[in-house]
Formats: sequence, structure tokens, C-alpha cells
Amino acid sequence: MNIWLVIMIGGLITFGIRFSLIYLLGEGKFEIPETLRKALHYVPPAVLSAIIVPELFIRDGNFDLSLTNTRLLAGIIAIVTAWFSRNTLLTILVGMAALFLLQWLSL
Amino acid sequence: MSEARKNFIEGIRAEAPLLIGVFPFGMIYGALALNAGLSNAAAQWMSSIVFAGSSQFVTAQLVKESAPGLVIILTIAVVNLRHMLYSASLAPHLKDLSLRWKALLSYLLTDEAYAPSILYFEKEGLQTHKHWFLLGAGFSLWFTWQVSTAFGIFLGASIPANLSLDFALPLTFIAMIVPVLKKQPTIAAASSAGVTALLAYNLPFKLGLILAAFVGIIVGTLLEGKK
Repeated sequence: MNIWLVIMIGGLITFGIRFSLIYLLGEGKFEIPETLRKALHYVPPAVLSAIIVPELFIRDGNFDLSLTNTRLLAGIIAIVTAWFSRNTLLTILVGMAALFLLQWLSL
Repeated sequence: MSEARKNFIEGIRAEAPLLIGVFPFGMIYGALALNAGLSNAAAQWMSSIVFAGSSQFVTAQLVKESAPGLVIILTIAVVNLRHMLYSASLAPHLKDLSLRWKALLSYLLTDEAYAPSILYFEKEGLQTHKHWFLLGAGFSLWFTWQVSTAFGIFLGASIPANLSLDFALPLTFIAMIVPVLKKQPTIAAASSAGVTALLAYNLPFKLGLILAAFVGIIVGTLLEGKK
């Protein structure tokens, strides 16, 4: 199949997925049931945690709990910073600084 | 300043730290796509037509392996399936908008635009112009993705691989989600999703991410129901 056709159809499908429930649940065609409304509330913590955790624990495809896993250590420092400061920018700066420092120390 | 403009700028501001992490990804994608045999034009247009980072990486990989078009299309669909969760989650907040707005915001709906927007929406509650926040977040991400792709195509193989700037991405997500973890069901949702994501990490097509999200959502909902 022509690569342009693949890109066009891939783009259409991606758009369709993103548009699907914004359209179906939003046009008043369906009433959103109470349980679903409750459940949707947990999408952000669940999805974000599912994105973050492997980024910290998995290095080069393997589970890594060792002290040489600088991303895990820097991530924990960032989590503690976020918990106490509730400040986005500070959390990112401390996390990045921790990562650079740890990488430098382990060189 | 008008309410709409204020929200738009708020959205860009919330997106800014994520852009630091996204830029190197866009460059790596551009370089990889060329390396896989895509033309400059196809690599660049994919960033605006598909506009979904992880599925673009997978597509480049599959093109390199000369996979059949249908396989590539199905893979794009499965990798992007998680966006349906975002679509459902945003639906109540966007329901009063015109179809044109809904279509535009759907086109811009990525992981990185969704995360700050839904947290902002849940914090602010009902407010007429809050969708401008999502537009600001989504558009600044879109713009960065196009430019970084172009840089990657232009610089090709000469990109320094290990700047660690991509770590800004999980860090920003951490900064967003940790302050929200207040009630027990929310904490349980996040923890169970995190553990499942690790256990299911080897599943293909980001299915582990979708499975983990579902586990977290179910755990949170059940615990809330018990109270």
C-alpha cells in the first residue's frame, strides 16, 4: 500500500478515536450513566501513573531497582518535591537537577 | 484580558514544561523516519496528519521492516486506542461546544494536551471559556511537534542521543498528578495502575498502558462505591 494512503487512513482513524466519545457522549445522544461519570474521574490518575511508573522502573527494557537507575532515584526525589511543594516548575527543576547530578556522580 | 484569552495563555503555560520533553522526541522521530526510508515530505506530513508520537515511531519501525500497509494501519489504531479514554473523560466538559470546536479539539487531543487540561477542568468546574485552555495546550504542542519533526529531518543522524531532556515529560506528569492524590480511592487507582503497567509492560502496542488504566479506573470506582 502507498505510504501516503497509510498516513491518511492512519490519521483518519486516530482522529476518529479521539473524536468518538466527545461526539457520542457530548451530543446528548446518550445520557452518561452515573457509574461511568464516577469512573471517568479516575482516568487521569490511572493513565498518568501508568505512563510514569514504567518510565522510572524500566531501563532498556528491563525492570531495574538498583541504585544505578538514576531515573528512578530522580523520580522519587521529584515525587517528594511535588508532594511538599505542590509546585510544577520546582518539581521539574529539582527532578532534572537530580538526574543530571546522579548521572554525573555515577560516571 | 478576556476570559478566553486568559484560558488560552494558561493552557500554553501549563504545556510549556511538557514541550521541553517533547522537542527531543520530535527530533528523534524525524531522524528515525528518514532512516526508515520515509521521504522528507511523508515524515513531516505524518506529524500533522496522524499527530500521535508513539504511533508515528511504530509506523517508522514498521515501514523499515516493510510491513504491509494494513498491518501498519491496524497498529496505529491499537496504539492510539487509549485516546478513547481521554475522549470519554473530556466529553462532559466539552458537551456544550459546537461540532466544529469538538472536531478541532479532538484533532489536538494527545497525552500531553489531555493531562493538564482535564486537571484544570476538574479544578475549575463549569466555566464558559475553559475549552480555550485545551486549545492553548493542544496548539502549542502541535506547533512544537511540527517544528521538532522538521529539525529532526533536517539534522538527521547528527542528533545527540543522550541529553536526557526527555525526562522532563514524566517529571511534568509527576508534578501534575502528585498534588491530586488526596483521597484514598484516587491513590489506590494510581498505585494499582502503576503496578499493572509494570507487570504488563511487555504487552505489545501499548496495550499494557490501556490495561493498567482500566485496572486503576475499576479499583478507584469500586473503592469509592464502598464508602
